[in-house]
Amino acid sequence: MFPSRFDLVVAQTVAEAVEAKVDAGEGGRFLAGGQSLIPMMKMRVAFPETLIDINRIGGLDAIERANGHLRVGALVRHADVVASDATFGAVASAAPWVADPLVRNRGTMCGSVAHCDPEGDWNSVLFATGADVIAQGPGGERSISIADFVDGAFTSTLGEEELVVGLRIPVPSGRSGGAYLKLERKIGDYATVAVASHLELDDSGAISAAGLALTSVNPINTKVGDAEALMVGQQPSEELFAEAAELAAAAAEPRDDVRGTAAWKRQVVRTYTKRGLAAAAQQAEGS
Amino acid sequence: MVAPTTPAEIGGIGHSLQRKEDARLIEGQGNFLDDIDLPNTLHMAILRSPLAHARINGIDSEAAMALDGVLAVVTGDLMDQHGLAWMPTLSGDTQAVLATDKVRYQGQEVAAVIATDPYIATDALELIEVDYEELPPITTPQQSLEEGAALIRDEKEGQTDNLAYTWETGDQGATEEAFAKADRVVTLETHYPRSHPAPLETCGIVADINSVTGQATIYMTSQAPHAHRTLFAMVAGLPEQNIRIVSPDIGGGFGNKVPIYPGYVVATAASLLIGQPVKWVESRTENLISTGFARDYYMKGELAVTDEGRILGLRVNMLSDQGAFYSDAQPTQFRAGLFHVVTGSYDFPAAHIDCKGAFTNKAPGGVAYRCSFRITEASYLIERLVQNAAYEVGIDPAEMRLRNFIQPEQFPYETATGFVYDSGDYPTALRTAMDEVGYEDLRREQAEARAEGRLIGIGIAHFTEAVGAGPSRTYDIAGLKMIDSAELRVHPTGKAILKLGVKTQGQGHETTFAQIVAEVLGIPANDIKVEHGDTNHTPYGLGTYASRSTPVGGAATAVVARKLADKSKKIAAHLLEAADEDIELASGVFSVAGSPDRSVTIQDVALAAYTNLPEGMEYGLEDVTYYDPPNLTYPYGSYIVVVEVDPDTGVWQVQRMVALDDCGVRINPMIVEGQICGGLTEGFAMSAMQWITFDEDGNCIGANFMDYLVPTAWETPRFELLATEVPSPHHPIGAKGVGESATVGSPAAFVNAVIDAVAHLGVRNIDMPVLPDRVWAAIEEAS
Amino acid sequence: MEVNITINGSEHASDVEPRTLLVDHIRRTVGLTGTHVGCDTTSCGACTVLMDGTPVKACTVLAAQADGSEVTTVEGLKGADGLHPIQSAFTDDHGLQCGFCTPGMMLVGASLIAENPDPSDDEVRWAISGNLCRCTGYINIVKAIQTAAARVAESSNGS
Repeated sequence: MFPSRFDLVVAQTVAEAVEAKVDAGEGGRFLAGGQSLIPMMKMRVAFPETLIDINRIGGLDAIERANGHLRVGALVRHADVVASDATFGAVASAAPWVADPLVRNRGTMCGSVAHCDPEGDWNSVLFATGADVIAQGPGGERSISIADFVDGAFTSTLGEEELVVGLRIPVPSGRSGGAYLKLERKIGDYATVAVASHLELDDSGAISAAGLALTSVNPINTKVGDAEALMVGQQPSEELFAEAAELAAAAAEPRDDVRGTAAWKRQVVRTYTKRGLAAAAQQAEGS
Repeated sequence: MVAPTTPAEIGGIGHSLQRKEDARLIEGQGNFLDDIDLPNTLHMAILRSPLAHARINGIDSEAAMALDGVLAVVTGDLMDQHGLAWMPTLSGDTQAVLATDKVRYQGQEVAAVIATDPYIATDALELIEVDYEELPPITTPQQSLEEGAALIRDEKEGQTDNLAYTWETGDQGATEEAFAKADRVVTLETHYPRSHPAPLETCGIVADINSVTGQATIYMTSQAPHAHRTLFAMVAGLPEQNIRIVSPDIGGGFGNKVPIYPGYVVATAASLLIGQPVKWVESRTENLISTGFARDYYMKGELAVTDEGRILGLRVNMLSDQGAFYSDAQPTQFRAGLFHVVTGSYDFPAAHIDCKGAFTNKAPGGVAYRCSFRITEASYLIERLVQNAAYEVGIDPAEMRLRNFIQPEQFPYETATGFVYDSGDYPTALRTAMDEVGYEDLRREQAEARAEGRLIGIGIAHFTEAVGAGPSRTYDIAGLKMIDSAELRVHPTGKAILKLGVKTQGQGHETTFAQIVAEVLGIPANDIKVEHGDTNHTPYGLGTYASRSTPVGGAATAVVARKLADKSKKIAAHLLEAADEDIELASGVFSVAGSPDRSVTIQDVALAAYTNLPEGMEYGLEDVTYYDPPNLTYPYGSYIVVVEVDPDTGVWQVQRMVALDDCGVRINPMIVEGQICGGLTEGFAMSAMQWITFDEDGNCIGANFMDYLVPTAWETPRFELLATEVPSPHHPIGAKGVGESATVGSPAAFVNAVIDAVAHLGVRNIDMPVLPDRVWAAIEEAS
Repeated sequence: MEVNITINGSEHASDVEPRTLLVDHIRRTVGLTGTHVGCDTTSCGACTVLMDGTPVKACTVLAAQADGSEVTTVEGLKGADGLHPIQSAFTDDHGLQCGFCTPGMMLVGASLIAENPDPSDDEVRWAISGNLCRCTGYINIVKAIQTAAARVAESSNGS
C-alpha cells in the first residue's frame, strides 16, 4: 500500500511550519513521527494535499523539568520519554507501553496527544496529571489545558493554523506516585482498557491531589472527576480505591467488540483502577 | 536419541549441522519474489469488493485508464472473453477470477490495473467506479443453511441451497451400539475459529510470457511449483513444456502458498496480452482478507465412556464455513481433509463422523495451515473431549489418557475410521512429559492455590498426526497423485547435486536433504548442493505442505542415494578387484569385507564412474526416484501447559510449556527443534489471540496486523522440549515429519490448561481464541 | 525532490516523489533488496533499518525524511573483518528459518547489543517486540542476540 500524492514542505522553524500550514489550509497536515499518519495515508484513509515536515526544526526535542513542570517538545519521541530521568509517576509508567520499541523510536508524544485517538495512551496520562498543551499559531503561543484541548475522537480544539509545540506537565512538589496500567492484546496494540492514576500525599499521608483517567472505554479519554474528588482529603485505603474504582467503572461506557464485552471492559476498569491507585499510593508513600 | 553414524565432517543424519541456506539470508542476499526485477516489468494492483455480497451492475474504468502510466484495466468481462473469468478450485468447485456477476465476499477480486509503477497502479484503483447493488450477506454457516437463505452460488448449475458438501465416515451402527452401552456420554460443542497462515512474506507472482516464443516463465511464491505448472497447463491451456515455474526463496508458507489465487491468473493473462512481465505482490490486507484462510469448523463431539473411564465410541458432527467457494487444498477422496483422524491416540472400536460444509459470504480457502488437511481441528476436538470426559468420570485427565491409549504392542493399529497407525509408544511419551513438568507436584500446588483464591490450570494434549500424503492408491489432489521425487547426480570430483520435487519455505531442505545423502553415500553434506523450486531443473512432485517433504521427498532422497550406493559398490568392487557382495560402505569408504585396509572412497568411485568402469556398465553416477509411500507416517507428542488465570480480569499467562515430540529419526535435531518452537508459537497464537472474524455485514475483522494478532517475542511463552524416537517402520530412514506437529497438538494443551484452571467451577468450554473476556464471563457464569 | 541518503556508507543522491517510502527507495531505487516489506501498518518490522543508528520501520518513513541521514541496512552489517557477530550468531544458534524477518531482527539485535552488552532474555524479547517472526517462536532469535552480545563483550575484553 502506498500513499497518494502530496506536496512536502520541510520547515526549518516553527514560524515556517505555521506559515506553511496557513498556506496549505485544510489540506495541510503536520508530519512529526508519522507513525499514525503515514499508515493512514498508505491505507488511503488520510489524503493530505500538503505535508509539513517539522522534524528539522531545532529546539523541539527537549524533555526537561523547568519551573515545576515537565516540558516535552514536539519532537520528543516516545523512546526519549522512556529514557528520560526527568519523568515521574504515570508518565514514566505509560511510556514503555506506547506502541512498540521501533515505533517509539519515531513517534512523538506531542503527535500522539494531538491525534486525540481515544485508544491512545498519552491523553489519559495528561488528564490524570493535569497537563497543558502548548500550541503556536500565526498569532503566537497559547496554553490549552488537556481538558479543553480534547474535543472528541480524533478531534481537538487546536486551531487549523496551530502546531502543538510542546506539553507542560506539572511536577508534584511533595510525595507523589502514579501508574499507567494497560491491558493490551499484544505489544504494539492499542489499549483495550487502560487506567492512568496519579496521587499526591500531604504530610499527614492524606491524598492532597488525585488524578484518574481512562483509555479506550469512551469516545474520548475520560477524566474520572468524581473519583478524584472523592479521594482528595482521604487516607489511601483499599476501601477508598474500591469506591473510586466503582466510580471509574460507572464513568466507562465501553462497547462490545472484538476485544471483549462491555461488561468485561468495565470490570477491567474496576480492577485496574484499584490496582493502579494502590500502586500509585505505594509509590507516593515510598517517595 | 540415536547417535549419528557418520563423523561430523560428513554430517549425516543426527548432526545439528548449520544451515546452508543461512549464508545468503543473513547478508540480505536472499532472492524473494518481490526482489525479482525483470526489465520492463509492469505492476498490477487489484480492486477488491468493499461489500460481502452484491450484484455488479457495471464497472467504469475510463478514468483509471486515462491516468498517466496505466496500461490496462482488466475486468471480469475481459477475462471471460478468454475463458478465464472462472477457474477450478482444488476441491472440484469453481472460483471467480474476476467477478462478472456478483461479489460474494469482502475483498473479492473485481478488477485489476496494470501500470508502470506500483504507486500509480494503486492510484488508479481509486478511479474505478463499480456500481454495486447490495445483497443480504450471510456470515455464518448456520444462517447459510437456514430455509430461505439467499443463494450465494446462484451461478452454479443445480445448486439450490448453500450446502457445499456432505461427507461421512466410520460405522454408524457400531457407534450407536457403543453409545447404548456407555455409562455416560460426554459432549463438547466448540468452534475452531477461522485463522490465516499469514507468512511474513505475502503471496506474489512475476509472470513473464514471451509473446513470440510462447515461453512462460512464472515466478511464484509457490509451495508446489510442479503441481502449479501442471494446473496452469490444464486451466490456462498453455503448453506444459513452455511453462517454467520458479519458486524463489519463500518467506514462510504454512499452507498459504499452496492454492492458485485469482491474482496469479490475472497477472499471467496480462503478461500474455501485453507482452511484458507483470508483477503482483499482495499487500498484507489482501493476504489476510482474500487468500487461503484455515479452520472455521463448528464441531460437536460426543464420547461414550464407562464409569471406569474407558472410551467406547465417538460421534462427531461437524459443520464447516467454506466461504464463497469450496476450495480446500485437500486429497480428492476426502471432503473434510483428514478430519477423520479425530479418534486420536486412543483405542476404541467405534466412531462415526458426519460432516457438511456451507457457503457463506466470506473468503474461500480451507488451506491446511501448518496442518495435514484438517488434522489440527480433529486433534483439538478429541483432546478437549478427553479432558472433559475425565472431569465427568472423576479421574485425572492424564490417567484418562493412560487408560485409553493405544498400547505399543497394538501397532500397527487400525483406527475406527480406517487409518493404520504404524508405530508409537504413547504411555512413555506422556509419562516422560509428566515427569519433566512435575505433574503430581503441580496438582498439589494447584489445590493449594485454589484455597488461596488463585487459579492455576494444567492442560495436556497428546496428539497423533497422520502426515506425508500419500500412498497413490488413496491420495491425489485434483487428480495428481501425491508422490514425490529426488534426482541425485554425483560429479566426477565426488561433489553432488540433489534436485527435489518438494520446496522449502524455511524448513531447511538445502541442509537436511543433503544430510540424508551424506548418511547414505558419505559425501560431506556441505559438498551436496540441493536445488528445488524451479520446474525446469527439478523432477516432478506435489510440493511441500502437510508435513510431506521428509516423509515423501526425504524417502525419495534416501532411495535414490541407495541406488547410487549400489552402483558405487559395483564400481568399488571393480577398483578393488573384489566381488560386489564383499564391498561394505561406511561413511563414504568402500572396503572389502574382512580386509579393511583395502578401500576406496566415494570420491574415488565418483571419478571412476566417469573414467574407469567395469565392463558393460553405463557411465555416470546419477539417478532419479519417484517415491510412492506405502502408508502415511504418524508423528505424535505429549504437551503439558501450566497457566495462571487472573480471576478479576480473565487474563491468563503461561507458566510452563513442556513439549515432547516423537517424529521418529531426527535428521537435524537443531532444525527439528526450531520447527517445533515455531509450531508451538502458532498453536499458542491460535489459542490466545490469532483469529479472523466478521461483523454482521460481512466486514472482515482481522484485515491487517493491527487486528490480526500475531504474537511477538514478548507474549510468546518459553518452551521446554523433550523427545522420544520411535522410528517409522516403513520410512526408509525412519523419519515421520515434524513441521506441523506442534501447531496441531498445542492449541488443545493451552485451552485445556485454561479450562483446567476453572473446571472446578463447572466450566467445560471456552472457544478459541481464549480471550480474557471469555474466561472472565465463564467464571462469572459458573460462580 | 532531491534526497541524499548515505546508505551503508555510500552516498545516494536521487530525485524522488515526496510520497516515496524509504523502504521502496532502498529496495527499488537503490536496489538493496535485503530490506523486506511484510505489512502496511507498521506492525511487523520486516522493513527495519537503522537511521542514524536507531532502528526504525522504513515503511513508515518517507525517503525525504531520511535526507541527510546515515542508513544501515542488512547489506551494511558485514564489515571489513567479515560478518557482524549478530550475523554469525544467527547462523550458529539457528535464529532464522525462512529468513524474511531476519534482516530486521539482526539490525534491532545489533542496535540493542551496542547499548546493552549483556541483555537478559526479557530485555531481548522487549527490544524485538516490534518485529514479528512466524517461523522460529523467537527462542533462537533471543539466543542468537545474546550469543552475539557475549562474543562482542569477549572480543572487547580480549583487546
